[in-house]
Amino acid sequence: MKRNVLPGLHLSLGITLFYVGLIVVLPLSALVFKAASLGPAEYWSIVSSPRAVASYRVTAFSALIATLFNLVFGLALAWVLTRYRFPGRRIIDAMVDLPFALPTAVAGISLTALFSSNGWFGSVLSEAGIKVAYTPIGIMIAMCFTSLPFIVRTVQPVLEDLDPALEEAAQSLGGSDWTIFRKVILPLLTPALLAGLSLSFARSLGEFGAIIFIAGNQPMSTEITALLIFIRLEEYDYQAAAAIASVLLLTAFAMLAVTNWLQSRALRYTVKG
Amino acid sequence: MNAVASHKKPPRVGDGPVFRRVLIGIVLILGALLILAPLLVIGHEAFKQGFKVYTATLSHPDTRHAIMMTVVTALIAVPINTAFGVAAAWAITKFDFRGKRLLLVVIEIPFSVSPIVAGVAYLFVYGLQGLFGPWLDAHDIKILFALPGIVLASMFVTAPFVARELIPLMQAQGRDLEEAATSLGASGWRTFFSVTLPNVKWALLYGVVLCNARVMGEFGAVSIVSGNIRGQTNTLPLHIELLYHDYQAAGAFASASILALLAVFTIIAKVALERRGAGRRKTQATDAASTGH
Repeated sequence: MKRNVLPGLHLSLGITLFYVGLIVVLPLSALVFKAASLGPAEYWSIVSSPRAVASYRVTAFSALIATLFNLVFGLALAWVLTRYRFPGRRIIDAMVDLPFALPTAVAGISLTALFSSNGWFGSVLSEAGIKVAYTPIGIMIAMCFTSLPFIVRTVQPVLEDLDPALEEAAQSLGGSDWTIFRKVILPLLTPALLAGLSLSFARSLGEFGAIIFIAGNQPMSTEITALLIFIRLEEYDYQAAAAIASVLLLTAFAMLAVTNWLQSRALRYTVKG
Repeated sequence: MNAVASHKKPPRVGDGPVFRRVLIGIVLILGALLILAPLLVIGHEAFKQGFKVYTATLSHPDTRHAIMMTVVTALIAVPINTAFGVAAAWAITKFDFRGKRLLLVVIEIPFSVSPIVAGVAYLFVYGLQGLFGPWLDAHDIKILFALPGIVLASMFVTAPFVARELIPLMQAQGRDLEEAATSLGASGWRTFFSVTLPNVKWALLYGVVLCNARVMGEFGAVSIVSGNIRGQTNTLPLHIELLYHDYQAAGAFASASILALLAVFTIIAKVALERRGAGRRKTQATDAASTGH
């Protein structure tokens, strides 16, 4: 057994625990404490009120659609970026991170400008009878934008590391491209896809800045949960804000648990002895 | 399906010329619509009413104040966060202790928590409804609706940024070099600055760049704790919202163009640092799920 000779455990761990305690654990505990102080009956009546439930529905449904779109588009993007060489590939590769680098409020107003009825896309779409801005579709588009990089960036390294010999073996056995993709490549990508999926979904559930500009913010139809919390605060209804925020927080923890579980599953297959 | 015979390497799955072109085409078009267009429209809208309106917005005292607030917030939050990230990475990668996995999970929590939830949580610590609020009020200390609250909320949302870049790298590099240095008599600080830091400097800078971008762009959490007082506690993203809802779209986009420029610079810095080996980690150790930002 090797003894650890390095110095600095107490200092570095002390700083870490102090910072995490003060910045992360204390506020979240305060929120949970506040929500818990409501008492079960009152808590339940707030979090199950029709307006709150409608907000969960529109948030979760939009997040689901956005995540599924990103699953397909993100996989296609990762595939094109790792498998093919073409002019502009590196620029596209860099641009994939734009949704992470662009502040959400900026994304929000620029997507609204694009999709409002006199915008570049909105004017074309409204001629086809499709309204995007101030409808649930707008919420989905904002979520697609902000969470797109997750799938690309989780799948890309796995695609890069994929052993060509596996495909060659499958090809020599006479498999068509589609069969090999489905039976050989896709199973290897699945853990990364699932991890990216849960990250993308979690991000969409909590997104605020990019959405509030393009969503109509009408109670019961285009009001996301994060906005409802904000509105309750503006009404000085701190208890309702705490209760609904605790629902989002618990959902985030559940998603975190799922992500960690998927991650450990993914490692089972990717770590080479 | 098999491609032309003149290929040097055997064709891989999906290398058929038609499929390849179609897929690249679809991805390019969707990428242009979904990623490039939002960036371009900012410039278009910002200059729609002419260069004069653009410069007038940017030189307006409220805009200048918002820019200053954003810069000051970043100047406080980013260095503190960097120090935390380095300390956390050192503790986690150089030592074994109980609860390490739990600590890693707690550090990553802010990534999964909605910024709105973060803002509300801070309200219940420092607000009048919160744990310390009444005491702070009695002693006339302002945290919420002032700069300290904005800094704290920014630190929450970016807490994992530096640590998560350093931890996988320092994990992979092991402890041998540091152990050799200390056994040769180097002090802890000397070991860190002469041995560890040169090995992780690009990853550190990478984390700092991303942390800075997020601090300067944070909207949700800050909008709750700032109080949104024009010319006083408005950061640039909040100022954009204010102008936008005031029907000053050109002004909002002019302010947004600064942050868009910051985003472009962030991406360029990111690519440059990735060329030096930062960021592009393989799927190993603590990673897989943390490749996104």
